[in-house]
Amino acid sequence: MKTALRFLAIASVVLATVASVVSAPARADEPRVIPVVAKRFEFEPKEIHVKKGENVVLEVTSQDVTHGLFSRKFGFDEDLAPGKTVRVPIRADEAGPYLILCDHYCGSGHGGMKMTIVVE
Amino acid sequence: MVPVDRRKFFKITGLTLGAGALYRFAPPALGEGGGLMNALGRQNGERPTPFSFVQFSDTHVGFDGPPDPLGTKAFERAVETVNALPEPPDLVLFTGDLTHDSEKPGEHAARMKRFREIAAGLRATRIQCVPGEHDAGLDGGVLFRENFGETYYSFDHRGVHFVALDNVSRGKPAVGPEQLAWLQKDLERFPKSAPIVVFTHRPLFDLKPDWEWFTSDGDRVMSALAPYENVTVLYGHIHREHVHEEGHATHYASRSLIFAFPDPETGAPKKPVAFDPAKPFENLGLRRVRERPPARPGVEPMELTLREYAGTVGIQQLLRKGEES
Repeated sequence: MKTALRFLAIASVVLATVASVVSAPARADEPRVIPVVAKRFEFEPKEIHVKKGENVVLEVTSQDVTHGLFSRKFGFDEDLAPGKTVRVPIRADEAGPYLILCDHYCGSGHGGMKMTIVVE
Repeated sequence: MVPVDRRKFFKITGLTLGAGALYRFAPPALGEGGGLMNALGRQNGERPTPFSFVQFSDTHVGFDGPPDPLGTKAFERAVETVNALPEPPDLVLFTGDLTHDSEKPGEHAARMKRFREIAAGLRATRIQCVPGEHDAGLDGGVLFRENFGETYYSFDHRGVHFVALDNVSRGKPAVGPEQLAWLQKDLERFPKSAPIVVFTHRPLFDLKPDWEWFTSDGDRVMSALAPYENVTVLYGHIHREHVHEEGHATHYASRSLIFAFPDPETGAPKKPVAFDPAKPFENLGLRRVRERPPARPGVEPMELTLREYAGTVGIQQLLRKGEES
């Protein structure tokens, strides 16, 4: 019994070590997930700060009508159907403020619907 | 196939009214280019002959925001001005945002009706419209089609091929794959020398993407048009004048009839230029478009001052001056 317990203890340590070896790099590369809400006629938050080279995923959900999420800089142009969450990975290697627009017409007031990604 | 001189023969001359732009299609006179015109006539099916047409844009009927306390007055004055021209234009093209959308039941339809009532006063042989996002962005163009017919189409007029493109009713700034396929097929029958006028709402090139002044697949539209040697694109949306030349195509933006946007190159925010009661028509001045060889037309803005013009009488005087110049 004592031998069996010792074996289990060693096996647990080995498994834990293997798990930590396997998951450590994954955790290091894990992108930061930032929830974003789209609703007439704004994004929340309006401004997001990221570090140069940081991997970020925007998880964007529309709360009302179909919106768009467009950025020439980051190269995405997504439709945001109401209630559906869209994941948009971004990574910037140059500092600066970058504008993200709603480019799906959502009513009078649409022209002011934008947010800023500030890369530091 | 009869060989055709590759030089540009499609000259756009004339002037913009505060209300829009008056263009004149002017192929060379018989003596200097008659052979060329005859050859084109044989190739295109109709020999190009001179005519004039007017572009109106962004009338936003129903808009009642603070930048424009004048409502439809500028639009109505513009109609009067065009009707006072010595020779009525063959065509009047409206490049979108004919109305300002409203979600109040029945209100947008009423604004479409009001637009049609005012436009019906135009003394022109033919009136053609394309939608802007305020006309068709929310309902996919349903109401627009009920009032004006298809959102994209083409027709020929006196040897010129006109193409109406819809880059708004998908909700996004795009024409979409179906329309692109249609365009390619539509252009197939024309020789490369055919004069082509495209009219649409948004710019077909990246004028200012951060201000949504672009069409995401505009590059594909222009690729389809690239083989053609005489392409003119007329558009609105940006509420200010702009001329852009690329390849064989020249793109002209017309002023709005409701309010102006600033020049994005100045770093100004994208907000309507504030209405100044002391200079109510400051942004409704004239410009003259001239041929400036070898290629790019010259644009001469003509400023309006309060000393000379004021009030709604002012706009009429201004437009009359435009006719004379």
